[in-house]
Amino acid sequence: MRDVAIIGVKNTKFGELWGKSLRDIVVEAGAGALEDAGVGGKEIDSLYVGNMSGGRFIDQEHIGALIADYSGLSKNLHVPATRVEAACASGGLALRQAIMAVASGYNDIVIAAGAEKMTDVGSEEASSALAAAADREWEGMTGATFPGIYAMIARLHMHRYGTTSEQLAEVAVKNHKNGSSNPIAQYKNRITVDDVLNSIMVADPLHIFDCSPITDGASSVVLAPADIAHKYTDTPIYIRATAQASDTIALHDRRDITTLDATVVAAQRAYSMAKLRPEDIDLVEVHDCFTIAEICAIEDLGFAEKGKGGIVTANGETAIGGRIPVNTSGGLKACGHPVGATGIKQAVEIVTQLRGEAGKRQVEGAEYGMTHNVGGSGATAVVHIFSRER
Amino acid sequence: MSSVPRFWRSIGSRYNLEGTRCKECGEYFYPPRNFCVNCRRIGHIEPYKFKGTGEIISYTIIHTAAEGFEDQTPYTLAIIQLDEGPRLTSQVVGDPENIHIGMRVRSVFRKLGEDGERGMIYYGTKFVPAES
Repeated sequence: MRDVAIIGVKNTKFGELWGKSLRDIVVEAGAGALEDAGVGGKEIDSLYVGNMSGGRFIDQEHIGALIADYSGLSKNLHVPATRVEAACASGGLALRQAIMAVASGYNDIVIAAGAEKMTDVGSEEASSALAAAADREWEGMTGATFPGIYAMIARLHMHRYGTTSEQLAEVAVKNHKNGSSNPIAQYKNRITVDDVLNSIMVADPLHIFDCSPITDGASSVVLAPADIAHKYTDTPIYIRATAQASDTIALHDRRDITTLDATVVAAQRAYSMAKLRPEDIDLVEVHDCFTIAEICAIEDLGFAEKGKGGIVTANGETAIGGRIPVNTSGGLKACGHPVGATGIKQAVEIVTQLRGEAGKRQVEGAEYGMTHNVGGSGATAVVHIFSRER
Repeated sequence: MSSVPRFWRSIGSRYNLEGTRCKECGEYFYPPRNFCVNCRRIGHIEPYKFKGTGEIISYTIIHTAAEGFEDQTPYTLAIIQLDEGPRLTSQVVGDPENIHIGMRVRSVFRKLGEDGERGMIYYGTKFVPAES
């Protein structure tokens, strides 16, 4: 297998982009990443695009072909384009497919993109589309919502470990603070613990400010074999590990309701592949679709003892300047969560940080970064580790 | 919920807690599985009707409803472990204030929801607090 590097990155603005279509935002992200890499269309060997639910959000399937067409990669160049779907982990899996294409030697220059256009439908329809990431027949048909499923994780975590609503709120407060210095973030306003606790209850114990928003956005990265990466950029960022794991589709079938075993296993595989340990990682982008999800993630990735995620967060250990900065981008909570784009956006953030280009939210001296992207309530998890030096 | 055949073909399980059991390893499955996750191809699946008693593992009170459940808010959703072992997701009927983790519950036949005023009405299993 060949070593792989990221040579170009780009995010669109994340938010309610009513004036733009899915194809508009993916082209913006894709062209931006290619420009960042200094790569021309003729050099591109393949394209992978993460997209959860074009069918439900914009009544459009065949997203790979659509994106290749409007990126100018179809009519003359006939570049192969593949859509990757794993609910909210679609982006992370698209990145993983692209890495494997380059590592295997099949392809040299590959684009991994992710995109979701969620605001062309109303919020009820968007919520129903998102609920399709759970087991429709045995969770959805009983009246389960996505916040409801994560609320059951939160309830048991609180019961078993003493985690508090205030500690959950601290996740949102931190991520809004980080998002306030990210130019692409959907929400740049700072919030307080009281703001979270006083916001409306969606699924007890989760308030609306415990939940990530509905977002439009696209992200893209360009990959190349590490051996030729310096031809394109002075600051290639290297892929040290790509790992993925599965678990039961329904939360009720899991070994433990408060642990995402898919995250635990994907992380073990990633650490083993990279020959690194949790204490070697300088910053991590985790899948905080709900505040409890960040608490579980930092535990399951090895950054906090099981049950201590809330305390670690409240102590400031996951803030920028803390022991292990988590979600410097603002995370899904503040930067926004265009579901198919999120896994790629996480990689863009880590690359930006490892290049030292993150401005006010820069983690000084960062050498190793990690991304963690989850599908559904934990049926899919994908973990990547990146490094500044090869 | 919208799809009639999708609901109809699992009516036995939804009305009467009919699940399955693998004779090879002895594990019970609800929701039903027709392929044993432990024994896989050498498994031997047979039907099994659950007693309908169990306890609450975790729960939430839903204030923003799922599509089709809007007129039921707030409603209690729980993960329940049946006494035979498997866990399922279901609503718990009764005052949300009295629900707690570890509470004993038993299954009851109830209306689940409906597709608007003229659409199909869905029935199925919910749970109620049980005296232990």
